[in-house]
Amino acid sequence: MKEKKNPEKKSEKKSTSRRDFLKKGLLAGAGTVLAGGVVGSFNAFAQNGEKIKVLGSDGKVMTVDKSHLQEIGLKTEEEMQVAGREGIPGKKWVMVIDLGKCKNARLCMASCQHAHELKPEQHHINVLRMDRGGDTSPFFMPKPCQHCDNPPCTKVCPVDATFKRQDGIVLIDNERCIGCRFCIAACPYSARIFNWSDPKDKEKYEDVEYNIELNVPQKKGTVSKCLFSADRLREGKLPYCVSACPNGVYWFGDANEDAVTNGTTKETVPFKKLLKDNAAYTLLPELGTKPSVYYLPEKDRLFPFEYEGKSDMEDKNHS
Amino acid sequence: MSEVNKEGTKKTIGTIVSDLTRPIKNHKGFTIWILFLLTVMGVGMMAYVDQLANGLGVTAMRDYISWGLYISSFIFFIATALVGMLISAVLGLIGIKWITPIARIAEMIALGFAMWAGLIIIFDMGRPDRALNLFIHGRLQSPILWDVTVVTTYIAISVLLYLLPLIPDMPFLKKAMTDQAKWKQKIYKILSFGFEGRPEQYKSIKKLIRILAILIIPVALAIHTVTSWLFAMTPRIGWDSTIFGPYYVTGAFVAGGAAVMIAMFVLSRNYNLKDYITDFHFDKMGKLLVLLMLVYFYFNINEYIVPGYKMKAGDDHHILGLFTGHYAKMFWTVQLGGMIIPIILLLFRRMRKPLPSLFIGIAVIIGAFFKRYIITIPTLVHPHLPIQNVPEEFHSYWPNAWEWAITMMAIAGAVLIITILAKLFPIMPIWEVAHEEGITNEEMNKYVKES
Repeated sequence: MKEKKNPEKKSEKKSTSRRDFLKKGLLAGAGTVLAGGVVGSFNAFAQNGEKIKVLGSDGKVMTVDKSHLQEIGLKTEEEMQVAGREGIPGKKWVMVIDLGKCKNARLCMASCQHAHELKPEQHHINVLRMDRGGDTSPFFMPKPCQHCDNPPCTKVCPVDATFKRQDGIVLIDNERCIGCRFCIAACPYSARIFNWSDPKDKEKYEDVEYNIELNVPQKKGTVSKCLFSADRLREGKLPYCVSACPNGVYWFGDANEDAVTNGTTKETVPFKKLLKDNAAYTLLPELGTKPSVYYLPEKDRLFPFEYEGKSDMEDKNHS
Repeated sequence: MSEVNKEGTKKTIGTIVSDLTRPIKNHKGFTIWILFLLTVMGVGMMAYVDQLANGLGVTAMRDYISWGLYISSFIFFIATALVGMLISAVLGLIGIKWITPIARIAEMIALGFAMWAGLIIIFDMGRPDRALNLFIHGRLQSPILWDVTVVTTYIAISVLLYLLPLIPDMPFLKKAMTDQAKWKQKIYKILSFGFEGRPEQYKSIKKLIRILAILIIPVALAIHTVTSWLFAMTPRIGWDSTIFGPYYVTGAFVAGGAAVMIAMFVLSRNYNLKDYITDFHFDKMGKLLVLLMLVYFYFNINEYIVPGYKMKAGDDHHILGLFTGHYAKMFWTVQLGGMIIPIILLLFRRMRKPLPSLFIGIAVIIGAFFKRYIITIPTLVHPHLPIQNVPEEFHSYWPNAWEWAITMMAIAGAVLIITILAKLFPIMPIWEVAHEEGITNEEMNKYVKES
């Protein structure tokens, strides 16, 4: 997310008409010639001298100094707020979590905490050790925000700081949240966390523009939670946790398209068929929250249940 | 002391005025008491400044138990404030006479606690600097907006219900308080709003009081129902209840009734007004409190026995946690000491005498305070999904020094408001007490005019 900071952007606000033209050209040509070259080079923004070929809106190929390029869709905070509230049109994001595959690698948790600048005890996604009791064996259950279609949290928010977008994602605006924590009380999945004190590396992020689709920088006295990596989805990438998983636990995709992609194998399958064939379920369906996160039962687990060297259940359910 | 208040020599308007204004003039012990309250508030203020600087992390609240003492105190404050409506509106409207000397006390309690309830909710906010967002971005669908609306309305009506019955007292105060500070006399003059004791003035004041007394009933019911909905509108085990509205309202009357009983004792003793708030009044108040507690007891049975009988998955952990588990000690202490034993005791006439009433009132109000704790915290300790991968302190909750200090500041603040009101104005309406004694408006006007 550091490329979002982009200190050059402000100093170059008063751009020449030539650059405006280029920007338009870049927009028009997006997805064709540029895709690989430009998108991959954002990190090297400050360097110059290196030339790069771009396709203009008139169809001509030109070379420009790399440092003169501006990221497509790089928006001001205000524009980000508007776009972040609207969501991505036509999409209905869903996640399928295969409990039979989760070995508690916790790379999802780590990549999530890294992306959202969370402290070690703060989890947007949390891998829980679950036990259904009786003769069944315990299993690992990653638990992100369920992005409910009937979300108890957004209903109770007094200031519309947390809201549901048209693409199904439930987000928080940390610039508006008043810290009443009603949403935390209302969430039956304990998916929400609170910045009880100064966030991690507060100084480092003082001048960083707030990104509503990343919840970075985290703000003291406000609520934070899983965002389905809304910033990555805008770039056409899979969420942080999904891509980080080494065990093929996560499927992510668009229900409208009826397709979900596995974060590890990159295999894409029909969403509804995946649910039907594997007897998928949602968490606490009796509450009527209608989650966008589906679980495939913990079957065929040919690996030991181990946690910090222990194979027993230290923390029982409802502990 | 006698059982009945109507016996003995009839009081003249002169004695009533001097009896009720004497304590306002006399400052014995007042300064020390104010200093004590200000000290408590000062400590709380220091804790709050620290909380503002370092965030809510200075409290014991964490991600799972994210509401704590502040919220449970908030409900307690709203609950206690509700008594103003019960006594001056409900009982007043149906023409119950014995409330005359205690109606203003109830209204003072309502004002003090309702105002601090509004503040305590700000202490709980992570971003109090953004409180204005409630008006800029307010969502009418949120119970918090309903709460903000009805609490401010309730405070406004309560202020009027306190001030209006004060107006006819002002001529007496102007006359009796000539030896007092100028600023006080100015207040009395302003608050008299040109009242001269004319019959039509009495008529319009009585009419206004009546309108407000009717208005405040739905508002008061709304404020505590809405407060209960902060919990009942969530799908959490232990809060997900359809009877939370009436359960809270009836509980509120118990807390407020106990507060009035304590205030009656303290004020009548401290102000030497035993002739006005007599054993008769304590007896009546005790009977009223029994009735209120029995209704509350009924709702408690529904709230705990119904899920306790079925022991549905999820409910079972919650109920067992209260009945026999981690919260059993507090639960049974509160239920027995704050409700069941006081009910039994108050059934006996001897226990409705002033001194026993005081102790029972204290037990009931402490029980009421911790009952709110029992409603708020255990539910959060047992979420639907397990609490894991977080530090040990996230698993349990007990308020720390910061939270106690800030809560004590709120309690001291409410008591301070009551104290100041009781020092500025008579604690019971002179004109209504005089009416009770059979003194006519003409006699009162004559008394005011003669020098």
